[in-house]
Amino acid sequence: MTVSPEFVGRSYPPTAPYEVCREKIREFADAIGDPNPAFRDPQSARDLGHLDVIAPPTFPVIVSFLATRGVIEDPDLGIDYSRVVHGEQRFSYTRPVRAGDRLVGVASVTSVRRAAGNDLISTGVEVSTAEGEPVVTVHSTIVVRGIAQER
Amino acid sequence: MAARIAYADVEIGTELPERRFPIRREDLIRYAGASGDFNPIHWNERFATSVGLPDVIAHGMLTMAEAARVITDWAGDPGALVDYGVRFAKPVVVPNDEHGAELVVGGTVVDKLDRMRVAVDLTARSGGDKVLARARAVVQLC
Repeated sequence: MTVSPEFVGRSYPPTAPYEVCREKIREFADAIGDPNPAFRDPQSARDLGHLDVIAPPTFPVIVSFLATRGVIEDPDLGIDYSRVVHGEQRFSYTRPVRAGDRLVGVASVTSVRRAAGNDLISTGVEVSTAEGEPVVTVHSTIVVRGIAQER
Repeated sequence: MAARIAYADVEIGTELPERRFPIRREDLIRYAGASGDFNPIHWNERFATSVGLPDVIAHGMLTMAEAARVITDWAGDPGALVDYGVRFAKPVVVPNDEHGAELVVGGTVVDKLDRMRVAVDLTARSGGDKVLARARAVVQLC
């Protein structure tokens, strides 16, 4: 499969608002094994200057993953998800995600290229609150591994 | 933000304490559930090998999350991260035993920026492989 460069710039509808709560932040922090109290205890977070418990730095991937599902499942792109591995990831923060946020992600395709028999597809997701406050920009590159590689 | 490290106390070349993180199959299941990424390459050996991988591999995002702790535990405030990016150079292969894989992460301050920010480069290795490349964070200090 080769993804055509004509898809660069294609953008996808905003995701439904994702409501961030303290218990989801705690669950995510437990899953990455990070005991930081700023993810669990409102007072600890406030002592650091935050309004409520904050989420770990990679937490926004939950929203960007939902937003890029539109790209992965776009029949025009024809991505074989079983051949997808993660290539690159970057977060540019305006502020940390915190409990009480209602987050919306808008994904777009930022680049498409082919290297060593694989397709590399880069996406950008603007994550903001449902009220329109920017929170974080998430850049991802997925690698669709070529069949030829296995011969 | 309230990082507890002062910009003035940090030099280019300052090394952050190295950390070691075990990654077992159980951790991948837990991360799949919490993140919503149920790609079977992260929990199903039969599927992983059928698509040409050596074994089940860790979620890149779990590796990235653990690597971030070298910075956030040092800075004192996880909200002090301004920018954080990595390239997943090699997969972290997680065998089906009680030990799993081990991720070893280190960091070095490589630049002092304006507005009391520093750039930190991370190294992350597992089983002798460099698993992250171009892993860099910008951190707000005080």
